[in-house]
Amino acid sequence: MDKPTKQVMNMDNDIVTKLSSDTLDGFTPLVTDRAISGETVLLNMGPQHPSTHGVLRLLLELDGEQVISCIPDVGFLHTGIEKNMEVKTYEKAEVMTDRLDYLNNLGNNLTYCLAIEKLTDLDVPPRAQVIRVILTELQRISSHLIWLGTHALDIAAMSVFLYCFREREIILDIFELCSGQRMMTTFFRPGGLWRDVPVEFETAVRKFIKILPARINEYERLLTKNPMFKIRTVGIGVLKPQVALNYGVTGPMLRATGIAHDLRKAQPYSGYELYDFDVPTREEGDTYARYLVRVEEMRQSLRIIEQALEKLPLGPVRSNNRKYVPPPRSEIGTSMEALIHHFKLWTEGFVPPKGSVYVATESPRGELGVYLESDGSPKPYRVHWRTPSFTNMQILPVLAKGHLVADLVVLIGTVDIVLGDVDR
Amino acid sequence: MNELIDSISAALIQQFNAEIIEFQGEVSLVLQPDHIVSVCQVLKDDFHFELLAEETAVDYWPEQAPRFHIIYRLRSLKHNEIIGIRVPLDGNAPSIPSITAIYANANWFERELWDMFGIGFKGHPDLRRVIMPYDWEGHPLRKDYPLGYEEVQFTFNFDQIDVRKPYAQE
Repeated sequence: MDKPTKQVMNMDNDIVTKLSSDTLDGFTPLVTDRAISGETVLLNMGPQHPSTHGVLRLLLELDGEQVISCIPDVGFLHTGIEKNMEVKTYEKAEVMTDRLDYLNNLGNNLTYCLAIEKLTDLDVPPRAQVIRVILTELQRISSHLIWLGTHALDIAAMSVFLYCFREREIILDIFELCSGQRMMTTFFRPGGLWRDVPVEFETAVRKFIKILPARINEYERLLTKNPMFKIRTVGIGVLKPQVALNYGVTGPMLRATGIAHDLRKAQPYSGYELYDFDVPTREEGDTYARYLVRVEEMRQSLRIIEQALEKLPLGPVRSNNRKYVPPPRSEIGTSMEALIHHFKLWTEGFVPPKGSVYVATESPRGELGVYLESDGSPKPYRVHWRTPSFTNMQILPVLAKGHLVADLVVLIGTVDIVLGDVDR
Repeated sequence: MNELIDSISAALIQQFNAEIIEFQGEVSLVLQPDHIVSVCQVLKDDFHFELLAEETAVDYWPEQAPRFHIIYRLRSLKHNEIIGIRVPLDGNAPSIPSITAIYANANWFERELWDMFGIGFKGHPDLRRVIMPYDWEGHPLRKDYPLGYEEVQFTFNFDQIDVRKPYAQE
């Protein structure tokens, strides 16, 4: 028994040494001495492990089945979005925002557009505001559906996964109806929307919000009181509110510890102050509490969508400020000024004033913020994405400590990471 | 500017020689690098800024003094406020005290800054690259780091380009 353990150990020790060779102050011990002496086992999980929800690598130190320490290694999906955005004009850079958190495309668009609108004092017409809210909430539901499906799949509840994807498809059809794309829509633009939604939009959304409550009840019937599901989730990965705050955890993970912090309520944007909705919280802070919070959030999103549909006003969907928003095609043929604006906007781009802003919105995973700095040129000088997954990911080693490897799979699911969001 | 910001500025301007700037309603403190740890401690303990929302940097190359600005953004759930801190840093290889002891999630933010900008953090427990591979050379988000591209190999110049193409070394 001794020999194979040592072999595994030696192989991975090599990795540890290589990983740390870049530190400022030499070798930083990442694992305990027991791993070096061969008492515990070092195991590599990922980056191709199906339960890591993408390309996440975890270096585990195991004592039998028990996790002693867990060292996440991220960056396999790094696409250099921040660097690439610096060489594109503001409007062109927006397509990259869809690719950050690929389950919250419209939420990323919204954050970026809000930042530009804050930087340039650009107005957004009321109709565009309401459609933005409807689509972002649909996006939140679709993101939570994927989370629920994959999370249940990790716990071996296969059918929930299929049901969730069935409903998500309806949402993607609505996105396709609006923008022609299922996922990477880039539908929100600085100053409003790309174009108005088609007439079928309202019927499609109404049909969806009519069927979803029954479907959510169906998922709950499968999981909430299911003893197998409860054994796997109750008391697993308990997070205390103080620890969560210290680690900067936001979103449903923070709300499951009893802190009702939601940016839609705390610092409303896009007219969220006009809607009546609750911020679901739980006190327990374990995996089961996080499940209940997220399921309840889907119901609250439906409430918001219903109210938004009731008040959906008529009118333009994009600002009339020609310094930032290109004129419609019909104007270009008749107005010299419109032609000049069109030419300037598509060759040079618009020029916001010098300065920097930070805008944060509530994404399905937590606080999604963008830091945008302008140096008075048509390209952003610096864009930094404060992504919720990157911050929430740091809590994983804390949660995993002392749990079994099988529970680690559940914990990765409950943090709800999107690797595109972590690596950017 | 509201009352909270007024009391913060009253407490900090004298003690730490801070400066306050405001743009589009966002308030930022400008600080010297030596004071960052004590200011964060004061903001967390006395003013209830419990959450480190983000920590990032901007490179102003070719300027040298300051070349970088480090930006911290703290959020207070109790007061529902957000405040920014900007710390100017000089030179090509700057370093600044780490705030991981105060906010635990500064850990990865600071690793990212080391990775992307080459800014050192004194007292950081585990300063490795976080996003780029461990053997990567250079710090990609610096302004003097080119965007980079890969030469496209066609049939007529395949070998020619193949010779000067960098491959992963064993």
